[in-house]
Amino acid sequence: MMHAIDATIAVTGVNATDNPAPGVAVARALRHEPAFAGRVIGLGYEALDPGFYAPGLLDGGAILPYPSHGRAAFFERVKELQKVFGLEALLPTLDSELRSVARLESDLAAIGIRTFVPALDTIERASKPQLHRLADGARIRVPDSETVAAPDGLEKLVRRFGLPLVVKGLYYGAQIVHSEADALAAFHYFAATWGVPVIVQRFIDGIEFNVAALGDGTGRMRGAVAMRKLALTDKGKGWSGVTVDNPDLMTLAESVVGALSWRGPLEVEVLSEQGGDMWVIEINPRFPAWIYLAAGAGQNLPYVCALLALGLPTPRELPPYRVGTMFVRISLDQIADLDTFAQLSASGVLEMRQETPA
Amino acid sequence: MTLDTTRLRDLAVSDGGFVFDPVTGQTFTVNDTGLFALRALKDAQRVDDIAASLASVFEVDGSEDIARDLDGFVSRLREQGLVR
Repeated sequence: MMHAIDATIAVTGVNATDNPAPGVAVARALRHEPAFAGRVIGLGYEALDPGFYAPGLLDGGAILPYPSHGRAAFFERVKELQKVFGLEALLPTLDSELRSVARLESDLAAIGIRTFVPALDTIERASKPQLHRLADGARIRVPDSETVAAPDGLEKLVRRFGLPLVVKGLYYGAQIVHSEADALAAFHYFAATWGVPVIVQRFIDGIEFNVAALGDGTGRMRGAVAMRKLALTDKGKGWSGVTVDNPDLMTLAESVVGALSWRGPLEVEVLSEQGGDMWVIEINPRFPAWIYLAAGAGQNLPYVCALLALGLPTPRELPPYRVGTMFVRISLDQIADLDTFAQLSASGVLEMRQETPA
Repeated sequence: MTLDTTRLRDLAVSDGGFVFDPVTGQTFTVNDTGLFALRALKDAQRVDDIAASLASVFEVDGSEDIARDLDGFVSRLREQGLVR
């Protein structure tokens, strides 16, 4: 039985498009827990972020300044929203926000908003450009990779890693390329989209698994759910998946959490080769967009994260999750009230009407 | 022929022939004869005995055809890392 939450929690990343942010899934996971008696305030970057319009999901919402406006602008906005909603916790879900929130943790606490995110140093050590350095300390396998700031470095890496190889953007995206020309095109695409450096990684032929986990900051993993994607979108995002029971995946996630004394949510992306070798290809310092599967399978990691953020008691051990639990995403048209759009467009704040009991 | 069928014990197999491997998340379907063979392999029965049972239960003539099909089935399971 989970401890009750009766607090107002802000969740970012409510743009649940075909390349969804995790915010809607995190909000749903909070609501999924019977002990949740709090309020969920969705934070997004566009008035048309679909999560704002999801019936029964949010108790309010607001527009944030884009991360490119800087940390100070983000903090000022959150301070304003604190006055409007009485925020007590903030669960950021986007990579682009994590560094700002980690840096602002004490400032946010000073105004009564608590978070539970990885330390800045942890985020950097697990970041794409530095991931390969983590291999020894964490006793995990990471494919050879190099960062490239200019296209003339590609030829050498094509020779070194062979083809195909993987070109990745600094924050998002990866392309498997089969020629030097394709590598060059991918470099320019990611450099233009996310800036440099671009990461070039040796290609590993294997089955991809994803593990969502939660570390408590002492090196202990509080819970983890492993999943295999069953269907992908054309952007390579999971559209369907199923929980799996693979002890090697759990060991891997525990190694990462233990080596970095990970505090907060994370997703470990793993490739399993035919022979059984497992390679960590990416670590995301946040919950994945499919995290509602964890709650649905019996291990509500976002709720436990909220408990940890609020300093509330957590269960000593989380129950095992149900193996074979699936998720299947769906696109559907939500019928929306123009007033929601009007509020968000005009003031950037959405205050939901409280339903009056009959 | 002796096979290591330890991994097959992990499989969840429905009566309709839907198979889920909880370790890899892989799913596949088998027909009636495949389901019969898979369950027998899970029970660690010998391949020769399974072939004989298949001929008897499904009233099929041609033991060579059955043996060949069963070998093919086992090869597919081996490719998936489910038998060794």
